[in-house]
Amino acid sequence: MAILLIYIIVFIIAFYVVHIATKMMTAQKDYTSLKTVTFGDESAVSPNRPASIISVLAIFMIWGAFTGSKLMPFHAPGPFIGETSFTYTAINAEGETDDAEVIVTVYDIQSGKTPSKMKIDPGTGFAKNDTANIVAWRSGLIKVKRNDVGSKEDGYKVIAINGQEISPSSEIFIDDARIYMTAKGTLSFTPEKGWQMQPIWLPSPEAVWSRLVLVASEGYKTFTLVEHLGWSLIRVVVGFLAGALIGIPLGYAMGLSGWFRGWFDPIVEFMRPVPPLALIPLVIIWFGIGEEGKIILLFLASLWIMTISARAGVSGVKISKIHAAYSLGASKRQIMRLVIVPNSLPEIFTGARVSMGVCWGTVVAAELVAAQKGAGMMIINASKFQMTDLVIMGIVLIGVIGYSIDILMRIAENYLVPWKGK
Amino acid sequence: MCHLFTEKTPEIDLKGLSIENISMRFDLKDGKSIQALKDISLEIGEGQIITVLGPSGCGKTTLLNIIAGFLAPTEGQVVLNDQTVLGPGAERGMVFQQGALFEWMNVRSNVAFGPRMKGMPKAEQNEKVQHLLEVVGLHDFEDKAVYELSGGMQQRVALARCLANDPDVILMDEPLGALDALTREKMQGLVLKLWKETGKTIMLITHSVEEAVLLGERLLVLAPRPGRILKEYKLPYAEMGSGMDLREVKKSEGYIETRDEILSIIWEMEEEIMGRVENN
Repeated sequence: MAILLIYIIVFIIAFYVVHIATKMMTAQKDYTSLKTVTFGDESAVSPNRPASIISVLAIFMIWGAFTGSKLMPFHAPGPFIGETSFTYTAINAEGETDDAEVIVTVYDIQSGKTPSKMKIDPGTGFAKNDTANIVAWRSGLIKVKRNDVGSKEDGYKVIAINGQEISPSSEIFIDDARIYMTAKGTLSFTPEKGWQMQPIWLPSPEAVWSRLVLVASEGYKTFTLVEHLGWSLIRVVVGFLAGALIGIPLGYAMGLSGWFRGWFDPIVEFMRPVPPLALIPLVIIWFGIGEEGKIILLFLASLWIMTISARAGVSGVKISKIHAAYSLGASKRQIMRLVIVPNSLPEIFTGARVSMGVCWGTVVAAELVAAQKGAGMMIINASKFQMTDLVIMGIVLIGVIGYSIDILMRIAENYLVPWKGK
Repeated sequence: MCHLFTEKTPEIDLKGLSIENISMRFDLKDGKSIQALKDISLEIGEGQIITVLGPSGCGKTTLLNIIAGFLAPTEGQVVLNDQTVLGPGAERGMVFQQGALFEWMNVRSNVAFGPRMKGMPKAEQNEKVQHLLEVVGLHDFEDKAVYELSGGMQQRVALARCLANDPDVILMDEPLGALDALTREKMQGLVLKLWKETGKTIMLITHSVEEAVLLGERLLVLAPRPGRILKEYKLPYAEMGSGMDLREVKKSEGYIETRDEILSIIWEMEEEIMGRVENN
C-alpha cells in the first residue's frame, strides 16, 4: 500500500513539474498547440515523452529504494542490523526480583557471515546475562531463563522488559525490536523490519543484473542462458511455421470452396476459443514432455489463428478486383497468385503477429509445466530454490524477447505489405 | 490521331455488340422473385459510345455484369463479334469505380497486367505501359505505388490498364462516381479523348445525368421493376466534346433542355419509387 501511495505521489509531482517546466520553456506554436478543443480530440493526444522516461525511472527508483540498492542515493528504512540490548526483570520462587541484560546481534543472512557466539560476563544475582543471534527480517526465541539460578522452580518468571511489564501472550516494543512473550513465558524477539523488501521476495536491481551476468557466463542447470532462451525461441518458430504452413492453405481453401468451409468451420470455430494452455495436459498425456509435445502445442496455438486470418484475407478481396482480373484475361491460377494471395497478405501478417504473441506466451507456460530447458523452465526451477533474482531476470528477458518479436514482425510488415491500411 | 490501336481490320459488320432479348430474374429465398431486367434488346455498333442512366435499382449494373460475362441472363444472349458471351473475357474490358486496382503492384505492373496475362514480352509491355500512361496523362508515374496516387490518378491508371489489353468493348461501371466535381470534369474530357483516339466501343453506366448527356452518343434511360429501356436519345455532345472544352459544350444549343428533360424523367421515377416505399 505504501509503495502504491508513493507511486501515485511520484506520478502527481512529475505531472506538475513537467507541465510547469514545459510551460516555462516553450513558445511552441504547432498545429496541436493552437487547438482550443483538445479534450476528446484523439488526434491531439500524443504520448508525453518525459512522462515515459520518468515512468520507467520511477519504477527502477522505487525498486531500488525498497530493496536497499547501492545504485540509489536514498532508501526506504531498512531492517535493523547490528547489536542491541535489553534488560529483563525476573522474579523467583521466593518473590525476589533481579535484572539481567541480553545482548542481541541481528545479522544479515545474505552476507553469509554468521556472528560467533559472544562471551559475556554473566553478572551478579540469580538472573544471568544472555546473548542471542537473530537473523534480520526473522524472529527468534531467546530463552533468557535458561542460565538463571532457580529458573526451574515454580513461580520463576520474567515480569518486565526494560522496566515495562510483560505477561504471557503479550508484546512490548523496545528500540529496534518487538518482543513477544509466548504462552509458556519464552521471549520471541523480532528485530525492526523496516520498509525494505527482503531479497527473497524482491532482490535489488543490481542483484538481478549480477545474476544475469552469472547465468550468462555459467549457464543454469546444465544449459547456457542462450540455450535456454534459444530453445524457447526455436520451439516458437517451428510451431508457428508449422501452424502457418497448414493454416494458411486451409484458410485459403475455406475462403474459396464451400465444401472446405462447411467441413472445417465447426472444427475451427470450436478450437479457436479453446486456450492453448488448456491443451497442455492432453498434449503431455499424448506426446509426453519432450520437444514433440511442445511443438504440437504451439502448432495448435498458431494453426487456428493463421487459418482464420487467411480465410478473412480471401473473403476480404473486393469483388471488383477479381472481376477486373478476369476481364484482363487472367486464369484462375493467375488470379490466385496475383490477386488473392497478395490481397490476403495484410490479414495474414496481422494473424502472424497475434500468433507469434500467443505462441511465445504458450511456450513459456508449457515450459513451466515440464521441460529440461527453456525460459519458462528456468524461472519455475529458480522459484523452487527461492532464487527470486533469477525469476525476475527470466521474466524481464521473456518480456524483452516477446516485445522484440513484435517489433520485428512490424518491421517485416511495413516492408512486405506497405499498402496495408491504405 | 493515335495509331497504336489500329489492329482492327475494316471488315464489314459482324463486329459490334448485340444484346438480344435479355431478361434477368432472381429467385429469392422466400419464394418470390425479382425481375431485374425484362426483354432488353440493343445493338451497339463498333466505335459507339453509349451511356446508361436510370434510378437506383433499375438493373444498370446487372446489365453491365451480363455483358461483361459475370452473370448469365435467364433469357436471351449477348453476342460480340458473332460470338455468344459465356463468361468474362479479355475482349471486353472493364473499368470500375475506385478500388479495383491492385495495391500490391506499382502503376507499371497494374497497367501491364493484361499484356502479361497474354504472355507479351517484357520489353513490349514496358513500351505499351509508357505510351498508355502518356495518353492518360500520367507520364513518368510507372514506379509509383497506386495507393500514393489521388483518386483521379487512380482512375487514369484504371483506364490505361483497360486499354493495355486492347479490348473491343470497354464497359465502365460508374468509373467517375467517387471523384470530386473538378476532377470528374477533367476525367470526362479524358474519356471522350480516349474514345476518339482509340475508336473503342464504350458503354458507360452513370448516376449523373450531366455525365450521361455529355459522354453519350446514345443515351439509354432505364426504368425499374422490371428493368427495361424506357427511352433512347441520340445526342451530338460526345462528338462535339471530343474536340472542344466540355464547358463550351454545355453552353451549346439544346444541351440544357435535353439535360432537364432527362432529369425530370429520372426525378419522376425516383419519386414513384419513393411513393411506393411510403405506401408499403
